[in-house]
Amino acid sequence: MHPLLTRPRQLGLYLLAWFPLAGILVYLLTGGGGLSLGEASALTVPLCLVYAFVCLAAWYPCRATPLEKSGFAKLLLTHLTAAAVLGTFWTYQAKEIAIALAHFWPRFAGLDQRLAKHIPLLWVTGVLLYVLSVTFHYVLLAEQASREAQERALQARVLARDAELKALRAQVNPHFLFNCLHSVSALTSSDASKAREMCILLADFLRTTLRLGGKETITLEEELALVRGYLAIEKVRFGARLHMEEDVQKQTMETLIPPLLLQPLVENAIRHGIANLPEGGVIRLSVQEKARVVSIVVENSFDPESPSPLKTGLGLDNIRQRLDTRYGPEASISVKTEGNRFQVSLRLPAQQNGVMA
Amino acid sequence: MSGAMDKEIRAVIVDDEELARQMLREFLSAHQEIEIAAECANGFEAVKAVTELKPDLIFLDIQMPKLDGFEVLELIGTDRAVVFVTAYDEYAIRAFDIHAVDYLLKPFGAERFETALQRARQRLGGKLPAPADLSSSARPASQPLDRIVVRDGTRVFIIPIAKLDYAEAQDDYVALVSEGKKHLKQQTISSLEGILDPSRFLRIHRSYIVNLEKVTKVEPYSKDNYMVVLSNGTQLPVSRSGYARLREVLEQNRAK
Repeated sequence: MHPLLTRPRQLGLYLLAWFPLAGILVYLLTGGGGLSLGEASALTVPLCLVYAFVCLAAWYPCRATPLEKSGFAKLLLTHLTAAAVLGTFWTYQAKEIAIALAHFWPRFAGLDQRLAKHIPLLWVTGVLLYVLSVTFHYVLLAEQASREAQERALQARVLARDAELKALRAQVNPHFLFNCLHSVSALTSSDASKAREMCILLADFLRTTLRLGGKETITLEEELALVRGYLAIEKVRFGARLHMEEDVQKQTMETLIPPLLLQPLVENAIRHGIANLPEGGVIRLSVQEKARVVSIVVENSFDPESPSPLKTGLGLDNIRQRLDTRYGPEASISVKTEGNRFQVSLRLPAQQNGVMA
Repeated sequence: MSGAMDKEIRAVIVDDEELARQMLREFLSAHQEIEIAAECANGFEAVKAVTELKPDLIFLDIQMPKLDGFEVLELIGTDRAVVFVTAYDEYAIRAFDIHAVDYLLKPFGAERFETALQRARQRLGGKLPAPADLSSSARPASQPLDRIVVRDGTRVFIIPIAKLDYAEAQDDYVALVSEGKKHLKQQTISSLEGILDPSRFLRIHRSYIVNLEKVTKVEPYSKDNYMVVLSNGTQLPVSRSGYARLREVLEQNRAK
């Protein structure tokens, strides 16, 4: 089915475009000699109305021979054949209308004979009109293709976002949840108000994770709030074993970063560092900005004798990938161990709302 | 009359989280017949406590500092009832492979805990299965061994695989030599061979496994006999079949 036939508004515009064409034809038939204005109009209006619809048929040969894929010879042959056929049809139709008018309307008596000398002109007009229609249809096809491409691109973006969201959700470690719930369960009998506090901390953390995870970027301040919420929960579990030190430059707070960039790093610092130390240890977080580059360092103590945290992957790949997608070579992540200190450093451009570095 | 004498079962709680220990304590307090002999917050403490106190029942966390739950069992043997308590469900199969009494998933309620206790009682009442050769069965095949744990009395040594020079069979034990020290471990040399990475360690003799990275040269020792010399000067005998294997490996390495 032709796309115009399903869209009344566009069909109306198309038919409107035929008015000037019909006017030109009337002009040619009167000016070239022979026909009166009334005769030319009576002939042209039904003729063009029918032909407007007939020319829509150009859609099919146009679609069958796309411009960029078909050879010139094939294009020419297809459309010249179609043009000749339709031109002949149009001429024949004009003759029929003239005969009908002459027959039923005394006013137009002899119109068919007077039209006879205009047959070549009519044929040429029919062919040219078809060629015009072909041009129009190629434009229509191109427009349709570009709209489809746009839709596909949009869909791809939605899919990518979906995938990222799923990945983010997977990052909320289920064992973290189970251990938390176990702590809550233990607290219910020994310290009910602390149990309630833990429930609220956990709910806040999960809600914030879901809310921030859905965004493309968040401010460093928001991410830090999430990290602090997470640490408050772990503090209940680990007690005095967990120490946190922060050294954050105030001007970096508005920096835009992808969500859940630091929380997984701090979670790793606990899982692979603090959790393996009987006496616990310190997690140090520092955020500094220098020359439009923000550097974030998460450092923690770890037990060099426990199985190497480097081998387990740490989900650092995920962070590396996300930095890469967003910043390309402008951002980097590096890992190093020094004695019993483990350190992850991120460097990324200092982008703020409305200001691109 | 109540006192230690009335207690039928002596239990040890091993978990690095205070709240988790508190919960077990609370559940156990309902049972007069069970005495909590010790509470441990890491693997080292657990090995020490179990060796000294010889409890009947152990509640054992898996993810802990120093030694994980499986390493603890490897060092203390399985001749007592063990209930694993963990938030991780992926170790359940390994746990039952080594005849754990039960596997409690955190968080659990009092009812589930009672079931575990019931099973422990049945196990303690009946005969305990012979301790399996834990060092091989406790390790999943997919996970490469990156350290060996050894116990000497109540002390625990951790030998990173890269620092192990060689192992020597001594009756029911293997002597693990690392950084000039010898550690005895109750294990057969064949089972040790089975869990070591074959691209890094080679059985060169009925009684010897050598770390290939430490081998500096292979020398003839007598007619038809060879020995390897390690980077620290140690000389180890090579059997005829061991020599064939060694040549194969060395040629492969040269080809790379």
